[in-house]
Formats: sequence, C-alpha cells, structure tokens
Amino acid sequence: MNLTVFYGAVILGLLYALMVLGVYLTFRILNFPDLTVDGSITLGAAVAASLIISGVNPVVATLVAPLAGALAGLVTGTLHTKFSIPPLLAGILTMIGLYSINLRIMGRPNLPLLRQPVIFEYVARTGLTMRNSEFILSLCVALLFIFILYYFLNTETGQALRATGDNEVMMRSLGVNTDRMKIVGLGISNALVALCGALVAQYQGFADISMGIGVIIAGLASVIVGEVLLGSSRIIVWLMAVVLGSVLYRLIIAVVLRLGFQPTDLKLFTAVIVTIALISPFIKSYLEKLRERYREKNKLKA
Amino acid sequence: MLEVLEVTKIFNQGSVNEKLALNNVSLKVPPGDFIAIIGGNGAGKSTLLNCVAGVYPVERGRIFLNGEDVTGLPDHRRARDIARIFQDPMMGTAASMTVEENLALALKRGAKRTLRWSLNETRRRLFREKLAMLKLGLEDRLGTPVKLLSGGQRQAMTLLMTTLIQPRLVLLDEHTASLDPKTALKVLELTRRLVEENNITSLMVTHNMEQALRVGNRTIMMHEGKIILDLQGEQRENMTVPGLIEMFHKVSGEKMQTDRILLT
Repeated sequence: MNLTVFYGAVILGLLYALMVLGVYLTFRILNFPDLTVDGSITLGAAVAASLIISGVNPVVATLVAPLAGALAGLVTGTLHTKFSIPPLLAGILTMIGLYSINLRIMGRPNLPLLRQPVIFEYVARTGLTMRNSEFILSLCVALLFIFILYYFLNTETGQALRATGDNEVMMRSLGVNTDRMKIVGLGISNALVALCGALVAQYQGFADISMGIGVIIAGLASVIVGEVLLGSSRIIVWLMAVVLGSVLYRLIIAVVLRLGFQPTDLKLFTAVIVTIALISPFIKSYLEKLRERYREKNKLKA
Repeated sequence: MLEVLEVTKIFNQGSVNEKLALNNVSLKVPPGDFIAIIGGNGAGKSTLLNCVAGVYPVERGRIFLNGEDVTGLPDHRRARDIARIFQDPMMGTAASMTVEENLALALKRGAKRTLRWSLNETRRRLFREKLAMLKLGLEDRLGTPVKLLSGGQRQAMTLLMTTLIQPRLVLLDEHTASLDPKTALKVLELTRRLVEENNITSLMVTHNMEQALRVGNRTIMMHEGKIILDLQGEQRENMTVPGLIEMFHKVSGEKMQTDRILLT
C-alpha cells in the first residue's frame, strides 16, 4: 500500500480523535447517547470556514468553532434536563435544527477553502512540509486534549461528572445538581466535536453540509475499536485508547477503500462494524452455551 | 430538628392510578432521635423518606429542617443536611469508580466542587484511617473499583460516606434488607455506632419488627399513608412484637395481612 495514503489516514484519525473524545465523554462517561454530534461537527466546520473566508485569522476562526459547538450541546442538554425529552430525541432535534442553521452560516451546501489561509500553515512556517505540519499539529492537539480531559476528569467537578453518568440518584443525594452536570458535559463534548469539524474542514479544504452524516457511528466505532485494544478502568488508558481507536478506524477505512469499495459504501461498512461490536456479547454467550451443552453431552457418554 | 407538617403526597393525581401515598402526615423529630418506621407494603414509609429528602415534591403541607422551610428545595439542595442510604447496596456508590474516588465524592457532599485535583495524600490518609474503622480491610484497597466489592462492603462504605461530612439527619430506607442476615447485623451495628457516636438524627424504615423495637429510641407505625402509632419511652420498652401486631389490629381496625412480611 501507498505510504502517503497511510500517512493521510493517521492524520485524519488524529483530527477525528477530538470528535471521538467528545463521543466517549457523552456515551461512555455521561451514559448519554448524544446524536447532536452529527450536527455540531458540521457547525464547527461551517463557522470556521465562513470566518476564514470573511478574512478572520484561521487560529481565531478555529477557536470560535468550539464555542458554537458548546452552545449546541447546551441546547440538547436543556431539552433533556429541563423538559424531560429523552436523550436520543433531544439530540436528534438539535441535530436537525443545526442542518438549517449550518446552511444559513455557509450560505450554500459547500464552502471551499482554496487559496485561503488555514491553521496548518502556521506550523509549516517553521520549515516543515505541509504534510508534516498537518501531522505535528493534529498529534499535538490530540495529546493536548488527552491531557486536559485526564486532568479535568480527576478534578472534583470532573469526578462528579463521571459519577453522574454512573449513579445519578447517588450524586443528587450528595448534593450535585446532576442536570447541570449533564448540560456541562454535553457542552464540553460538542465543543470538542465542533473543534474537530473546524480542523477537518481546514485539512480537507472545504466545509460541506453533509460532512456530519453518520459521524456519531464512526465515533462509536472508534471508541469500540479502542476499547477492544486497550480495555482498562484507568482514565488515562481509556483516553489514549479512544485516540488510538480513531486512528485505527481511519486506517481500516483506508484499507477498505484500497480494496476497491466506493466511499459511499463506507457508511454500511461502519454500521456493520458497530453492529458486530454491539452484538458480540450475545454471540459470545451463545457460543459458551453451545460449548457447555457439548461438554455435558460428552460427560453423559462417559 | 425535623418537622413534617400536614404533608399530603398523591401519585398520578387525576388518573385512574391515583394513589394517596401520604395523607396529612405530621411528625416532629427532636435532635438526636433515632426513629424506626414500620408498616405494610404501600403504607407510605419510603414516600415519607423521599418527601423529607426532597425527591418528591409534596401536594400539601410543609417540611421544616432546623426551623428552615425546605418544602420547595430540590433534593440536591437539601443534601448538605440530609444524607440517605438506600436498600440496594448498588445505589449508594458509583460502581465504575474506585473506593477512594467514591469517598472523595462524599467528602464534598453539599459543598462546591472545584476544578482542583481531587485526590491527594492528606485525603488518602483520612480515607485509610476511616476505612480502617470498618474492619473490612478496605483501607488497603483504595484503588479498587467499587463494583468488585460485595454488597455488605458497599453498604458499609455508603455508611462511611454518609458520616464523612456530618449530616444533621440521615434517612435509612431498609438499608439492611437486601443483605444476608449476618452482614445485615454487622451493617446495623455499624449504623448504630456511627449514628450514636456522632449524635445524628435518623429515620430508619425497616420490615423487621424486632429491629424496630430494639434499635433507636422511638418506633412509628404507618398504615395507608398515615402514622397510626408512635411509641417511645416506657411504652416502647415494654412493647413486644406480638404486642405490636395486636396494636396494629386495634388501631387500623383490620387484620394485618402482611404479618409475614412484617415479621421477616
């Protein structure tokens, strides 16, 4: 296989790792299946791309995107906690609403960033090639957020957030406003996702209205791949596993494309991966039952 | 200390499933009281506890804690003064988190949670010291996820977490009911020690009549959302389990169909 393809997949994996960390935060830590992600990743891309095109410094544009994402998370969180809308529905409502908002922000379905300054160029100024600076920046950002999240999840507030996802009744009895915790968690998660969108848009050179479709499933697939490889109860290992999972997922996708599949087939492929991962416990227990029966039969014979 | 004033709680009001869970209940609890609450299924024992804790809003009546009207406050805003222990040992701790993390969560009950690193050597030393008092060997397992502990160990930990920050009132909702008899006895003994040593006011729901008469200084019996019996002092000391059942028949005017449940 061509090494450039590999390199590109690793960079993409590191960039998408931010989104996967966000998904990990909601799905695994808060126990809240948040579908806002599909909308907020495009939101981040749309905000950053439009700002860059209107002449704003790309670094500033990249930093504004997560604020927009956090806002989207707040909406989902408020819908769920204040109005008791189930998590899935609350996320879908925000996601669908964001579709229109994103189109408004971009003005059209596709916003190219050709010949526009992007954040990666700041790293390239040190003399690195564009490819290498993309790699360095995405690696640094991924490592930075592993560290930030590791620290945060071990603070008093971060532990309260984790415990809210684990045992809400207990946390309320310990005086934590769990509604607020969930809103904060969703805000942080979607800020990460939007930041990912902003970086991906600059990396691929455009923002597109459909770039968010199925992202949540890709995120879940990455989380699962990471967990399978590095299952642990330690937070730091989890976070690294999640980032590693994101990179591996993009590598797998690159291989699949090489095998001759169309990019449009990828969604089905991803759906199948996640489905297999989700039903694997059932398959496992079924196989064990079979083995048990087989053993008993042998025993009877003996 | 705690005053429940003419509180009425109705579930599913206006529907066919409407249930009057608390019917104009009043209860005055002076500081230091350890009250055992008994009664059949659906008598309103747990509802009373949940209303005091702020989990359920009440339809009518008021609840005062230390003279302050807390009727409108949600549960998490009453948590500084009120600690709760549940029947299910899984409910009192966060399973995926470690022993020390759970204790650190409890150390901040009702207080502001900061962005500072939560665990440090000072806290660990405190946790080890407190855990050693349980005599379960947990002081050497600070880093163990709580889900690996037994039900009894988890309930003992919950008790410790409750007293880490001194509450004024502790609500025990059949907290020994799902443990095996031996562990239940141990946890009950621990409860008594922690509550009496720290002079904490307690309400304890129990299905065990023997326990209801032996533990604490006051016994309350509930029936159909009302308090039908309030025993203390000499009257309580002279009371026996058969006597209690006799009194139930007299006061409620019906035969106790849940004798077996009450006696187990």
